[in-house]
Amino acid sequence: MQLVTAIIKPFKLDDVRDALAEVGVNGITVTEVKGYGRQKGHTELYRGAEYIVDFLPKIKVETAVSDDLVERVVEAVVQSAQTGKIGDGKVFVHKLEEVVRIRTGETGVEAI
Amino acid sequence: MENQIFELQYAIDTFYFLVCGALVMWMAAGFSLLESGLVRSKNTVEILTKNISLYAVACIMYMATGYALMYDGGFFLQGIEAFDLNSVLADSAENGFDGGSVYSPASDFFFQVVFVATAMSIVSGAVAERMRLWAFLVFAMVLTGFIYPMEGSWTWGGKEVFGMFNLGDLGFSDFAGSGIVHLAGASAALAGVLLLGARKGKYGKDGSTIAIPGANLPLATLGTFILWMGWFGFNGGSVLKLADAANAHSVAMVFLNTNAAAAAGLVGALLTARALFGKADLTMALNGALAGLVAITAEPSTPTALQASLFGLIAGVIVVFSIIGLDRLKIDDPVGAISVHGVIGLFGLLLVPVTNAGSSFSGQLIGAATIFGWVFLTSLVVWSVLKMTMGIRVSEEEEYEGLDIGECGMEAYPEFTSST
Repeated sequence: MQLVTAIIKPFKLDDVRDALAEVGVNGITVTEVKGYGRQKGHTELYRGAEYIVDFLPKIKVETAVSDDLVERVVEAVVQSAQTGKIGDGKVFVHKLEEVVRIRTGETGVEAI
Repeated sequence: MENQIFELQYAIDTFYFLVCGALVMWMAAGFSLLESGLVRSKNTVEILTKNISLYAVACIMYMATGYALMYDGGFFLQGIEAFDLNSVLADSAENGFDGGSVYSPASDFFFQVVFVATAMSIVSGAVAERMRLWAFLVFAMVLTGFIYPMEGSWTWGGKEVFGMFNLGDLGFSDFAGSGIVHLAGASAALAGVLLLGARKGKYGKDGSTIAIPGANLPLATLGTFILWMGWFGFNGGSVLKLADAANAHSVAMVFLNTNAAAAAGLVGALLTARALFGKADLTMALNGALAGLVAITAEPSTPTALQASLFGLIAGVIVVFSIIGLDRLKIDDPVGAISVHGVIGLFGLLLVPVTNAGSSFSGQLIGAATIFGWVFLTSLVVWSVLKMTMGIRVSEEEEYEGLDIGECGMEAYPEFTSST
């Protein structure tokens, strides 16, 4: 089992969600996050004075998937979230030790 | 029949005064929202507490001493409750359709007291985010109970300035208070800000201005709309009489011009900000609408609609440059109150002779200098005494944490609370 974490542009969330559903992902967790990468921050203006917003808003999408699905999931995220411009985000894949479905107590792939 | 018409006229003029006073009272709500929108969320509760408390303090102090000092009544409005129909009818026979207004003295007090509160509201925005609550409220007592009523007595009260000269005789005219209310409030604010210093982090070591964005621009915008609306009472009520054809027309012209100046002021500031910064700065646009309103307040009845619009437009342009200029001087005014009410208040006074032949530039200048000199110096003394005794500025730590917790012990938007 693997945990796929994707940092994406907020306006791409719907596309990513649809793409993940298409490849058979059963559930995702979405968080509004802030951070910076190569895009850095940007400047805003208030009463004539500029100020720097160091961290940009992004969306973090997390989903646990079985090993055989990982490649297609990563590909789906990359294809659906890509604009080709700086700030598109990243995908992280981590090994997942265990999953438990709280309602039934099922574990492992069954619980995903 | 004639007496019944006089009674009706008395009723209409009193009612008109009361409704306009209620509109001006609502401006306190406008100031509260505007200021709470332009400060950071950690200072929301405190700025709201200041605003509604200063309104209450102003009402009490003006009732206790202010009205008596300004218009020679008794302290605590002694005798205002008396009503004598015969003297009302006699006054009406003399003035009713050809002269001054005859209305209930209680309605006059109500209309006057909300103006005092307006002057004090101007101060709270300028000293926001760093002044101690209780020092501010002590100052509010002095301003509303003594400082403002004194300069009010020299202007609307018609008295001589310490027996030296009479502003009315010199050609001073201030219809609804660009100087008497707005410049006065801004003068007190300026004295406070100079002794208080800028908010921490407002100016960089190299002298640059660092933006401290307001927390809630919907509130600031709603506050400006409310002020705009309340201003119809502020200026419209200052005609002092509605119930004859000529005065009814004058009130209508005042409404028209007040609205026109505000609209043009907003557009002037919006365009100026767009030209200077490349973006449409909402907060500047809001200040522009208020600048238009302050500018027309000194004489909203004599300009044509086009003149009122031009006056407002110019005020909207000036106010943006004034706000930037004050920042260059490191005079930190989070909401732009000193520019809107002080600089434009002066501008409004100087516009009066353009359309009102009964006033003179020299009279306006002397009047403005008298108001500014008196309010600024007395305020400086009071703020200084407060600074030496109870202190006027919160600690650096409290400023960082926010005045909500430090002064009021609560937050505007509490999260993760539990009752245990």
